[in-house]
Amino acid sequence: MNRRPISEDTLHAYVDAALPEVDRTEAEAYIAAHPEAAERVRAYQVQKQALSVLFNPVLDEPLPENLRVLASAPPQAEAGRSARPSLSRWSLERVAAGVVIALVSGAAGWLGHGQYQPAESVARMTLLPRQAAVAHAVFSPDVRRPVEVKAENEDQLVAWLSKRLGTPVRPPKLAALGYELIGGRLLPGNVGPVAQFMYNDVTGQRLTLYVSTENTSNQETAFRFAQEGQINVFYWIDGTFGYALSASIGKDELARIANAVYDQIEHK
Amino acid sequence: MESSAILAEIPRLRRYARAMLGDRAAADDLVQDTLERAWTRISQWQVGSDLRAWLFSIMHNLRVDQMRRSAIYTQTIDEDDFEVPTRPTQTDTLELKDLETALQHLPDEQREVLLLVALEEMSYTEVAATLGVPVGTVMSRLSRGRERLRLVMDGRLSTTKLRVVR
Repeated sequence: MNRRPISEDTLHAYVDAALPEVDRTEAEAYIAAHPEAAERVRAYQVQKQALSVLFNPVLDEPLPENLRVLASAPPQAEAGRSARPSLSRWSLERVAAGVVIALVSGAAGWLGHGQYQPAESVARMTLLPRQAAVAHAVFSPDVRRPVEVKAENEDQLVAWLSKRLGTPVRPPKLAALGYELIGGRLLPGNVGPVAQFMYNDVTGQRLTLYVSTENTSNQETAFRFAQEGQINVFYWIDGTFGYALSASIGKDELARIANAVYDQIEHK
Repeated sequence: MESSAILAEIPRLRRYARAMLGDRAAADDLVQDTLERAWTRISQWQVGSDLRAWLFSIMHNLRVDQMRRSAIYTQTIDEDDFEVPTRPTQTDTLELKDLETALQHLPDEQREVLLLVALEEMSYTEVAATLGVPVGTVMSRLSRGRERLRLVMDGRLSTTKLRVVR
């Protein structure tokens, strides 16, 4: 008997018992005659059943108190929310003085140039920690190929990245803080190349320093702190350079390393 | 609105959120957010209309918002993850734990449809209304989701864990 193939939609509707009687009979006959379709139908039915078996126990769990309360009344302002982490992603690190300096120098730059470059650089500034954190997330977990050029070829690494960025860049030495250079790589920034240096400590904890030379407003900022998921980032702008130090380590330890990086760059 | 009516829906919201997110705490947070948002929009709910569908669509929209500003996804990469998956010898036993893992490897929009159909037993039209997409879209997501899950469970599709940033 030659049967019209049933549509994909019909096949699923059959699995979900959503077909009218007459269509179901037709689908049944088709499936019975086609082992490949039968195999899929069976697999989908098992899937559906297994999903219920897997998640139905949630229905019988006792309700958490906060949810039970919310069923009967709108949330009281802030109550029940205090236990959740704050939504604020940004926090300025080095006390208010740092903020004032940043604002003053930003305003001075704006007044001085009569342009709105600082506005643009502020936009870039907020991109910096995000981009650095993404680069960290992408490359630091890689066990076998974390960098393009390894630390044993540091001279080549420095020469290559300096050439590509068009300005001398050199990885700071962090051995005193327990972090050894693994190597580095070139990455695309907003308008051109940026560099990433990677370090690790004896436990394998990795740290990356993201160096961008795309800042056009030639300003300076205090350290700022950002949290992107599990990655903590300290970042700052120094002339045309933007630096961002990323790692999944505590804020205090990261701040110590950021200070060391800052000092070495200053005293270059 | 009857608070007992809302109370009655919470277990189902929790079940769906758990299946969607694969994590108990995150799921209950999502349910909490859903209930809070529901209260702020309670005037939009039409008495007599389907409360469940309304709550599910609020949850869906919240999730879409959260995905939009999602944090960077970080994960440790084990070298084992690069191993080529081999087809298991047993083809008939469906390990529930594997199913849970495989489910998390489906794209969000496919998992959503699959779960609303399998757990909530919504009709295709109801799923479409809840998610705010045409029925045709529901059908193609259901079809792709089920087939993908089948292939993953059969070991015919790699479920590489190398998803560093999404």
